[in-house]
Amino acid sequence: MKPVYMDNNATTQVAPEVVEEMLPYFSQFYGNPSSMHTFGGNVAKKIKEARARMADLLGAQPEEIVFTSCGTESDSTAIWAALRANPGKRHLITSTVEHPAVKNLCEHLARNGYRVTFVPVDRLGRLDLNYFYDHLEDDTVVVSLMWANNETGVIFPVEEIAAHARKRGAVFHTDAVQTVGKVPINMAENAIDMLALSGHKLHAPKGVGALYIRRGTKFAPFLRGGHQEHGRRGGTENVAGIIGLGKAAELAAAQMADENTRVRDLRDKLEKNLLQRIPNSIVNGDRENRLPNTTSIAFEFVEGESILLMLDEYSICASSGSACTSGSLEPSHVLRAMDVPFTAAHGSIRFSLSIYNTEEEIDLVIEKLPPIIDRLRKMSPFWSEAAGACRTAV
Amino acid sequence: MWEYTDKVKEHFLNPRNVGEVEDADGVGEVGSMACGDALKLTFKVDDDGRILDAKFKTFGCASAIASASALTELLIGKTVEEAEQITNDHIAEYLGGLPKEKMHCSVMGQEALEKAIACYRGEPDKKPEGNLVCECFGVTDRQIERALTDNALKTVEDITNYIKAGGGCGQCHETIQEIIDRVNGAAAKTAPKPKRLTNIQKIKLIEETLEREIKPTLNQDGGDIQLVDVDGNRVMVKLTGRCAVCAMSEVTLKDYVESKLKELVAKELVVEEVTS
Repeated sequence: MKPVYMDNNATTQVAPEVVEEMLPYFSQFYGNPSSMHTFGGNVAKKIKEARARMADLLGAQPEEIVFTSCGTESDSTAIWAALRANPGKRHLITSTVEHPAVKNLCEHLARNGYRVTFVPVDRLGRLDLNYFYDHLEDDTVVVSLMWANNETGVIFPVEEIAAHARKRGAVFHTDAVQTVGKVPINMAENAIDMLALSGHKLHAPKGVGALYIRRGTKFAPFLRGGHQEHGRRGGTENVAGIIGLGKAAELAAAQMADENTRVRDLRDKLEKNLLQRIPNSIVNGDRENRLPNTTSIAFEFVEGESILLMLDEYSICASSGSACTSGSLEPSHVLRAMDVPFTAAHGSIRFSLSIYNTEEEIDLVIEKLPPIIDRLRKMSPFWSEAAGACRTAV
Repeated sequence: MWEYTDKVKEHFLNPRNVGEVEDADGVGEVGSMACGDALKLTFKVDDDGRILDAKFKTFGCASAIASASALTELLIGKTVEEAEQITNDHIAEYLGGLPKEKMHCSVMGQEALEKAIACYRGEPDKKPEGNLVCECFGVTDRQIERALTDNALKTVEDITNYIKAGGGCGQCHETIQEIIDRVNGAAAKTAPKPKRLTNIQKIKLIEETLEREIKPTLNQDGGDIQLVDVDGNRVMVKLTGRCAVCAMSEVTLKDYVESKLKELVAKELVVEEVTS
């Protein structure tokens, strides 16, 4: 049975056009782009084309793009490069809601001689800008803030913040893994120094990512080795992956309008109907500044894993901020940082759409989810006493 | 995705005995919303002391619902004395096993049953005895001791899987380890207390450690290290030879030089590289 896939912030379907573009580079044109012969040289040309396509999507220059293996590698490369380029400075700024790729690295650095400021967010997941400005100092070496949050879709004003960081002499890096391909980005018009992205979030395959490095930014490679990527990332290129990412970037540019109209409308329809049909349901995060494809909804007094497994019976794929789904016992650090009460955090479900979702799929979720929540609530010892009594403002 | 048995899935999708028994003789409530799962068990007992009916309400994941459903099935038809013998293992067994991270769901069933039986007998609601160890999930040292002996557990992770203690902020891990060592008889080996070093002693010891332990290892790879200064707990060094141009030098510095110095001199030390 074809899944009703609404977990695109976890990973996406590789676009058929991307697969088609990649296939010849496995068994037919398998040359090494570094080789002297034409057979390898043709592959190098194709990588050049991919780099140009990636740059176009970001409003960047091709030489500002370095291909990597994933979003995490891009994030790590950026932060370590900033630290190595500025050995005298010992202070970093990030937020309390970052993806583990940045969060865990910053926590590691905090245990190893660096001072790290974690900027808090408010109940809607919006960054406390005053807190940020108060903690930006001359000793700040790098500011690393996500462009959009993977769980709530809330967008941070990174372009505004980057300008301030530059004035204080700090490097500004953004984890844009969830943003690239979903909202327009123009690096020519902002002060962001480095930007990380991941292929499999925008219909390219897993195992390829990229790091944008603004021309003139001091840089030290994370992987030293051969001269690949102009010496900025050693290791033979993931040729097919890079070519796939280039094609995906081209498609994303062409489909950006669709993402921000049709996909947004589908998301809004889903959200509106679920809120209407299910009492005690609340959207997590700022609905004004949000990715067009994401909604995180808390269904009070029920637990997320149970909801997901009942949706799974209809092949509906979503994800949850509940503790039980992650294998830990604490609900998502993002929802806790937003002070979402436990009554809601454990029952939060994220739907993240893509251009491949249809109206029929949205209607199916609108039909199937309300009885699931109702059934689980009837099983819940907290529901009968709570029903109606403590309806939380939407 | 968890690997649930077919029986767990079946009891989750078609739970038996959901609800509350009217005029219940025994009621047991455990867990809370903050903890992420909770269970309310109610049962009715006939004149012969046999459990006529049992029902549950659960807030929690699939295995919490399945465990509660299994518990009620195990209870119905048993005398209260027989029911008293039911443990978390029986619940897990009935379901064909639970993932180890989910064993706490079966423990929750056992706890609710104990409370419901105490309620039936008119015994006062017992507060968990002992001193609070895990503040996130409200678990005491006595409860940890009991989980250790009842289930032959060995590690902090086991404790977290069974009764959740240590699954939140993690600050109680050391205390839990001490309890494990005590209960499991591993006579808590207290490491000799490091004696406080004076500045001169500390610097001398750093120099000795660099010469004796660290330099020979770096030399093997064609690298070397020089001590530049010591300021409080900051040890400033210069990497020379091959280390100076090595991309991994940051790793060498932190993962090798610093951890060696922390181990052999003082654990507060932080190593920094001086470049010039």
